[in-house]
Amino acid sequence: MSKLNGRLRGINLGELMLTLPSLGWLMVFFILPSLIIFAIAFRTADAYGGIGDSWTLETILRLVNPNYPGIIWRTIWLSVSNTVICLAVSIPVAYYLARMDRRWRQWAMLLVVVPFWTNFLVRVFAWKTLLHTDGTLRHFLVWTGILGADQPLLYNSGSILLVLVYTYLPFAILPLYAAAEKFDFNLLEAARDLGASSPHAFFSVFMPGISRGIVTASIMVLVPSLGSYVIPEMLGGVDSDMLGNKIAQYVYTERNLPRASALAAVLILTVLIPLLGMMYINNRRQTRDRKEITDTLSHHTGIRA
Amino acid sequence: MTHFLEFAGIKHYFGAVKAVDGVSLTVKQGEVFSLLGPSGCGKTTLLRICAGFQHPQEGRVILNGVDITELPPEKRKVNTVFQNYALFPHLDVFENIAFGLRIAKRSAVDVRQEVERMLDLTDMTEHARKRVVELSGGQKQRVAIARALVNRPQVLLLDEPLAALDLKLRQRMLVQLDSLHDEVGITFLYVTHDQGEAMSISDTIAVMNRGKVEQTGSPAEIYEAPRSSFVAAFIGDTNFFDGVVKEIDGDYSLVAIEGLGAVRVFNDKQLKVGGAVHLSLRPEKIHLTVAEPPAESSRNISRGEVEEIIYLGSATKYWVRVGDYRLAVNRVHRRFGLDEKPIRWKDLVWLSWHSDDGYMLERYSEADEELLSLPDTETETEPLAVDGDSHE
Repeated sequence: MSKLNGRLRGINLGELMLTLPSLGWLMVFFILPSLIIFAIAFRTADAYGGIGDSWTLETILRLVNPNYPGIIWRTIWLSVSNTVICLAVSIPVAYYLARMDRRWRQWAMLLVVVPFWTNFLVRVFAWKTLLHTDGTLRHFLVWTGILGADQPLLYNSGSILLVLVYTYLPFAILPLYAAAEKFDFNLLEAARDLGASSPHAFFSVFMPGISRGIVTASIMVLVPSLGSYVIPEMLGGVDSDMLGNKIAQYVYTERNLPRASALAAVLILTVLIPLLGMMYINNRRQTRDRKEITDTLSHHTGIRA
Repeated sequence: MTHFLEFAGIKHYFGAVKAVDGVSLTVKQGEVFSLLGPSGCGKTTLLRICAGFQHPQEGRVILNGVDITELPPEKRKVNTVFQNYALFPHLDVFENIAFGLRIAKRSAVDVRQEVERMLDLTDMTEHARKRVVELSGGQKQRVAIARALVNRPQVLLLDEPLAALDLKLRQRMLVQLDSLHDEVGITFLYVTHDQGEAMSISDTIAVMNRGKVEQTGSPAEIYEAPRSSFVAAFIGDTNFFDGVVKEIDGDYSLVAIEGLGAVRVFNDKQLKVGGAVHLSLRPEKIHLTVAEPPAESSRNISRGEVEEIIYLGSATKYWVRVGDYRLAVNRVHRRFGLDEKPIRWKDLVWLSWHSDDGYMLERYSEADEELLSLPDTETETEPLAVDGDSHE
C-alpha cells in the first residue's frame, strides 16, 4: 500500500490533468473499439450478417485455414519490403535535405509534401491509368524491350509495392529529415579526419546519429501499410489480396462480422507486438540517456533532479 | 628537418571574401606553432586546408616532404581537435578514442593497448566506459585530444581547443596541453584568437589579419618587436606615436613627435632625417613617479596629468595626459602601501622610459588603434550622454 501510495504521489496532479484528454481519446477511440473487436471474434454469427447471442471458439479455430498463412505472409512481406525501400530512399534524401542551403530546402520540402494536396484515391486512380495495360508507360516499356509483350504492369504484388512506396515515402522522409536536421555534421568531418572514408563515415556516424528518426520512420510506414486496403483493392490482382481486403470481404460480401473481427484481431496483434517492441527499445534508450544526463548534472552541480 | 610542414602561397576566397590571401609559412618538426588573429582573419580556414576539409584555390601544402594538397582528409597523417570536440555521441569514451584504430583495422589487442595508453596519458582511465553526454567540458576536451593523438599524427591540429571552457579551466588545460606536448613531441598547429593562450604555449606564432600573415616569430619577438601596428595592438596594449626623424646620432635618433616633444629612440630601421616614423611603446615600459627622475641621456622624460586610474589587483593602469597624447601606463605593485606617495586622479606625474623601449613599426594603420579600445575622452566632458554616438 505504501509502495502504491509512493507511486501515486509521484504522479503530479497537473501532469495528470494534462494527459487526461489524450488518454481519454485513446481509451474511447482506440482501446475500447479494439476490445470490442476482440470480443466479437468470440461471438457466433447470425444468419443476417449480425452478431449472434452466444460465445464460441469456432471462428478463432478456423483461423488455422490453409488460405490465411499466404495472405498474412504477403501482407507482412509487402509491408516490410515497403518499409525497407522507403528507408533506403529516404535516408539519403534526409541527408541531402539537411545539408541543403536553407533557401532551397523549403522548396524541396514543399516537393515532399505536395502529393498530400491531392486526394489519396485520385492519386491511386492516376497510378492505375499510368500502369494500365493500354497505358503509354507499358507501351513504351514493351517498345524498348524492357517488358515482354505479355507482361502486365498492373494487378500484381509488384504494382501494389510500387504504389505503397509512392504513398508512404513522405511519411519516412519527414521524421528522418527532422532527425537529420538536428545531426551535427561536424561529426562526419571528425570521422573523415580519423581515417574514415565518406561512405564509412555515413554508415558508422550518420546512421547511428539519426537512429531515433529511423525507428519513427519505420513505425510510420510499417503500421499503416500492414493495414492497407485501398491500394491492393484497386491495383492488386485476384491472388494479391492483403489482410485488409480479406477483412473487407468478410464484412461486405460474406457478412460474417465475427470472422472479420478475428482477422482484424490478428492484424492488430501483428501491428502491436513489433510496435510495442520498438517503443520499448526507444523508451529504454531515452530513459537511459535522461538518467545519464541528470546523473551528470547532479554530479557537476550538486543538484539532484 | 626544418621545413616539416609548409604552406606555400595558399589562397582561398569565399566569393568576394579573401579568407586566406597568399599565405606562406613553415613549421618546424616538434614545435607548437600558433595561428593567432581575430575572428575572420583566415586562421581556421588555413587549419581546415591543412586537415583537408577545404581545397585551396591556389598554393600547396607540403607535409614531411610530401605534397598533400590533393589528398582527402582520411589519407592525411594529421588529426584534428575540433573546437566543439565533435565527439561521437553514440559511442563511449573508449570507443571514441578507438575509432581511428578500428578504421585502420588494428588488432583487438593493439586497440586495447593504445587506447589504454591514451586514457592514461589524458588521465581519463576511470571514465573509459562513460558516454559522451556524461562528461564535463574539460573531460570532453581530453577525450578529443586522446582520440586524435592515438593515431600518432605527424601534426596535431587544434582549432580553438580551449574556447569552450571557462577561464580557470582554460588555464589548467593550457598547462596540461603544454606538458602533453613535451611528452608526445608531436608538432602542434594551434589556432586561437586568444593572445594569452598563444603566448604561453607557442614556440612560434604567426599573427594573421585579413587573410594575410602580419608577422611570424617567437612570442617574445612578436611582443617586443612588433612589425606592424596591428601586431602591436592585437598582442597586449601599447601606445602609438607618429613623428619625424630630426637627428640621427649613431644607434639612436631624435624623433620629433607633434604634441609631445622630442623623443630618443633606438634605430632598429634604416632611417633618414626628415623621414616619418611610427612608434609603439608598451604601457609597462613607462615609469610613473611623483618625484622628478634624474636626467640621463638614455632616458626620455615627460610630465603629465593623471586622467584615469584602473586598479587591476596585481597592477594599476593609469591614463596620463601628455600634450596631445593620452598614454597608458601599467605599474606593478611591489609593496602595497609602502610604495612612495600614492598617485591620485588629477595628480601631475613624471613619465620616463628608456630609449631602447620604444619600437619603430614598419606598417601603421589608423584602424589598428581601435583594437586598443581607448576610453573615449569625450564622454568625460558630457557625462549625461549615455549613447556614445549621440554627440558625434
